[in-house]
Amino acid sequence: MDEIIRDISEIDYTARVTIDNPRDKESCIRLKKTTNARICVGRAGERFKTETLLRFRADHAIAMDAVWSYVDESIVDQLGFFKVQTLVEDKEEYIRRPDLGRVFSKETIDRIKENCIHHPDVQIIAADGLSSCAINANLPNIYPMIVDGLTAKGYTIGTPIFVKYSRVATMDKISEALDAKVTILLVGERPGLATGESMSSYMAYESSTQKPESQRTVVSNIHKNGIPAVEAGAQIVNLVEVLMREKKSGVELKI
Amino acid sequence: MILKTRLFGTTYGFKDVKEVLAKANEEKSGDVLAGVAARDTVERVAAKVVLSGLTLGDLRNHPVVPYEEDDVTRANQDGIDKDAFQKIQAMTVGGFREFILKSSGAEIKAIRDGLTSEMIAGVTKLMSNMDLVYAAKKIHNLATCNTTIGEKGTLSARLQPNHATDDLAGIMASTMEGISYGIGDAVIGLNPAIDSIESISAILNSFKDFMVKWDIPTQNCVLAHVTTQMEVLQKGVPMDLMFQSLAGSQVGNTAFGITVKLMDEAYALMKGEKSSIGPNCMYFETGQGSELSSDGHHGADQLTMEARCYGLAKRYNPFLVNTVVGFIGPEYLYDGRQMIRAGLEDHFMGKLTGLPMGVDVCYTNHMKADQNDLENLALLLNSADCTYVMGIPGGDDVMLMYQTSSYHDVAAMREISGKKPIKEFNKRMEELGILQDGKLTERAGDPSIFTV
Repeated sequence: MDEIIRDISEIDYTARVTIDNPRDKESCIRLKKTTNARICVGRAGERFKTETLLRFRADHAIAMDAVWSYVDESIVDQLGFFKVQTLVEDKEEYIRRPDLGRVFSKETIDRIKENCIHHPDVQIIAADGLSSCAINANLPNIYPMIVDGLTAKGYTIGTPIFVKYSRVATMDKISEALDAKVTILLVGERPGLATGESMSSYMAYESSTQKPESQRTVVSNIHKNGIPAVEAGAQIVNLVEVLMREKKSGVELKI
Repeated sequence: MILKTRLFGTTYGFKDVKEVLAKANEEKSGDVLAGVAARDTVERVAAKVVLSGLTLGDLRNHPVVPYEEDDVTRANQDGIDKDAFQKIQAMTVGGFREFILKSSGAEIKAIRDGLTSEMIAGVTKLMSNMDLVYAAKKIHNLATCNTTIGEKGTLSARLQPNHATDDLAGIMASTMEGISYGIGDAVIGLNPAIDSIESISAILNSFKDFMVKWDIPTQNCVLAHVTTQMEVLQKGVPMDLMFQSLAGSQVGNTAFGITVKLMDEAYALMKGEKSSIGPNCMYFETGQGSELSSDGHHGADQLTMEARCYGLAKRYNPFLVNTVVGFIGPEYLYDGRQMIRAGLEDHFMGKLTGLPMGVDVCYTNHMKADQNDLENLALLLNSADCTYVMGIPGGDDVMLMYQTSSYHDVAAMREISGKKPIKEFNKRMEELGILQDGKLTERAGDPSIFTV
């Protein structure tokens, strides 16, 4: 009764070859190691083997669920984030109406202005984006690192803000409301297969609705199998220093 | 021109042809986002009724973006054959639907060069999904690069060996795997992660070397920006096909960093410098919604803007054109149902325009769609004699982060329908022991046959 089928998501595909009777298995292993594309999987007739099919479905399932999941608000509460929401009212609308996910009501902007620190050197925002799992998985590790790093360098840090149903452009609205110098938006990325926990950090100097998207400097692919949160945190702190020194960001900044 | 009707006792009026076209469109989240969709189902049908009574001449006279302000409109209108247009201008859109359904492929081709993009979009809006399959199947548009694509009885595939960091060994590993499944007769074409002259040149050379070493009759291509490819070409790097993404308006194309003038220059350069043999040397990708995403839709619906991409593509006698139907995301095509509809529409419109039309049958993880939706569309397109689809390892694009048809899917589609790859390619696959009578052999599906 205690028997359990092994977790198929833990099978390492780095060098896995499931072709029946390959001409040269060693060559197949060598080829497989050069790419994370799903090669050397073999076939059943002209269809996938059952193992290939189930692993694909599992990897798609976790990616889809990441999109339709929610940020665990106890995490942002514990870290002291001030919570707001865009004009979007539910997940369905969030997916269909990217325009509403970029704006706040006047009341929300007023609440931000009343409750949050004005004129900070650095404003940190966490946003659910297209993967709440990414925030749940990475924020508890990366946020304290960024705060410690920035504090050590003597920067003033604003009230951290969590935005529900948020697209990237909310950072411009918050930056303008609070007159921040550098704004950092930590946001869940559109998930790829099996990578539901990937987060990006968008950063801009005097982030503004009047500037093009190219104002933003990005660190992407933040997750345990990409750039780990600790390493990304250090990169972000260093970038803040560059942005503050150069007084610009994005394509204007040649790094 | 009557823009008003009554339906179930209610009067529905539309202010112009553009509004009729938009509201007659099948439901798409992108048209709702743009604020141009019908407000309910009955209004949608009322718009279809009004559209069915407009003449093809009316649609020619009312392009959704004015001639004076848009180079895509000009390219389309200036390319119209006067005699062909004369024959059809008095036909209503409803009559045109029936003409297509009852005519042969040759009869449709005879009037094709009189069609503007708005006429093609208009008739598509009156067609059901099976109409779109039935009509598209009649039309086979051939084009010749190193080989000839589009023959009846063939289903071709682009081999898409994308890699997260453009590592050459990794790209070639996916290429070997793909050829071992009989994939790649349309093109071996990579979406680069790095848009540099050096990297793109190296990849083009690798593809060419492989094609020469194994005597594979196909085309090579790297889908970088056209300006980068022009520089690569001028260095003498072998390039069989030149690629660019197209939009259906000048503003949309500005967001892609191109103009009609630039594309004219690129095409002229390619014709002189290409490494391929035949007259068709361009490859274009499109997809409903890209104009809205760059605010270049001019208040028109995404289907009509898509048709305009094909009108522009036709100017360059392409070898390949495909819509990337489910890539753009759920704010434009919400779910599997909308994706399937759009895939059938785009394929039919491309065929009616005269293009060797393929489809990237695909979805992203934030759409309400899954592998079964992808396979449904692939099967429907196969029934419509779609020219080509993509082939990618395990259906998973590890660079662009979306899912498209797998090597396995293409092989199965061919076997289900009794279709084969392009003739010369098929012959070579038989010589290499990969295909026999259109089916994969025991030896197939093993990339190590190419590591000797």
